[in-house]
Amino acid sequence: MKKQNHDKLKREFQGFYRVLILTCTIVAIFAAVLVYFLVDPNLSAFGNDGPDAEIVTVPVEEDDFDKIENGIHVRTGFVEAPGMMETVQNCTNCHSAKLVIQNRMNKERWKATIRWMQETQNLWDLGKNEDIIIDYLVTNYPPKKKGRREILTDIEWYELKD
Amino acid sequence: MQRRKFIGRAALASLAGIIGADIVYGSKMAENYVPLALQDPDPFKLFNKDKEMVVLNDKPWNMEAQAHLLDDKVTPNKYIFVRNNGLIPEEIDVKNWTLTIDGESVKQKKTYTLEELKSKFKHHTYQLTLECGGNGRSEFDPPAKGNQWTVGAVYCASWTGVRLRDVLEDVGIKDDAVYFGYHAADIHLSRDPGKEPISRGAPMAKAMQDETLLAFKMNGEDIPLAHGYPLRVIAGGWPASVSGKWLQRISIRNIVHDGTKMTGTAYRVPCKPVAPGEKVADEDMCIIESMPVKSLITYPKSGATIPEGKKLTVRGHAWAGELEVAKMEYSIDFGSTWKPCKLEKPANRLAWQHFSAQVEFPQQGYYEVWARATDSNGFSQPMLLPGWNPKGYLNNACHRIAVKVA
Repeated sequence: MKKQNHDKLKREFQGFYRVLILTCTIVAIFAAVLVYFLVDPNLSAFGNDGPDAEIVTVPVEEDDFDKIENGIHVRTGFVEAPGMMETVQNCTNCHSAKLVIQNRMNKERWKATIRWMQETQNLWDLGKNEDIIIDYLVTNYPPKKKGRREILTDIEWYELKD
Repeated sequence: MQRRKFIGRAALASLAGIIGADIVYGSKMAENYVPLALQDPDPFKLFNKDKEMVVLNDKPWNMEAQAHLLDDKVTPNKYIFVRNNGLIPEEIDVKNWTLTIDGESVKQKKTYTLEELKSKFKHHTYQLTLECGGNGRSEFDPPAKGNQWTVGAVYCASWTGVRLRDVLEDVGIKDDAVYFGYHAADIHLSRDPGKEPISRGAPMAKAMQDETLLAFKMNGEDIPLAHGYPLRVIAGGWPASVSGKWLQRISIRNIVHDGTKMTGTAYRVPCKPVAPGEKVADEDMCIIESMPVKSLITYPKSGATIPEGKKLTVRGHAWAGELEVAKMEYSIDFGSTWKPCKLEKPANRLAWQHFSAQVEFPQQGYYEVWARATDSNGFSQPMLLPGWNPKGYLNNACHRIAVKVA
């Protein structure tokens, strides 16, 4: 009985021991895999260049929200110069920057346009930014003299066939 | 065993949790989602427009044609300019769409469903010229404020609808009626629901014309969304802003309609001529009614090179607001001499008219072909810019194309 019990206990202990070792090994492997995924979540070390690999590039673009390329604010098209961000922040909420860039006015007429937008279009008080914005606009988008009729420019010549 | 299985499953689940969540979300993002800042809807696809159309503004949407795109006799949608003062309505519930006629000068307010309008009144189809009041604004000096249209904010489409007059007669209009004004479903740029982007109109005489329609079809199909689906007033020959899109209500007024862009300097020119750049008080500005005589060379595209001795076919369209074009001429010597073009009668009143000419050049060199229309009252297009005005309206100066004979 005693020996039998002892053998039985030994077998059970050996069994338990094997389970324990196996469990520890599995846990260790999972831990290693988990750590790896934390460091390299898209498995780039395995040359995984499928569509999943594109994920990580997305947040990077958000950092470039106000990216400047060749002196142009990509998102709006405004010329990079002092006062640009004030203009972006106050003048592109309701309408596109394209409407601003198309228009060439002097200080007085920009001021009148801002007043008109404040009176009729829900534009807020620009405070000290008003002068900054107007200076930016008249400096970077000055009126161009056109006279009573301009010559034809930018003609794309082509051979007419019929 | 049970415990081991549990650990294994839990680990797998958390593993899936870690990679799974990132990858599933990530791949969805890459495929279907572009961060807001990068959203750039393709306006050509959005509005079924040709790639050669020129975008002037993307909020609100404003887009114009180039002269050579307008060669068709009846302009197809893909070449029709887009002019918006506000944001295009986001939801159109066509089944429950109604038109209400109200105002000081109706005998009683009345509301029609779209179906009632279509079934109760006779349908009419007309080709009608619509030109933006600011077409040609880009040429004014000093520059005028607004979208800098060149030549392409004009077209002539075929409109089908019921006569505004027939509907007004059904409603009953008082003798003191002066003006009609429209109200529509578009959204103010500031998204203030208390503000209308635009609410214009015309005197009752224009409302009562045969060709003034409540239209539900353009070129035989439902009106495209950008052009006023499902219902639009069409008042040919007047600034296109009189032809209100996404129409919901018409007010018959006992005063000149005072809606948004009827007052101040909008769609108005100085009542008396002013010097370029002169300040004009609001009370000295008068509402634009009929558009002036004008023409456009639509073939060939500017920049054609032809061999010496070859005749050049030139063609295009001419229009004159409420009037008819009586004469069409061209010049290849900057206005020293003018020769006649062949000019067709309009398909109906207020439709643009087609002209053509066979042009001969005396020798090799650089030429410009200038086109000049004259209306039935004897008024012609100027070769220089017409009278300067603060908002840059009504530029009807002659159109010209460059040609080289080699």
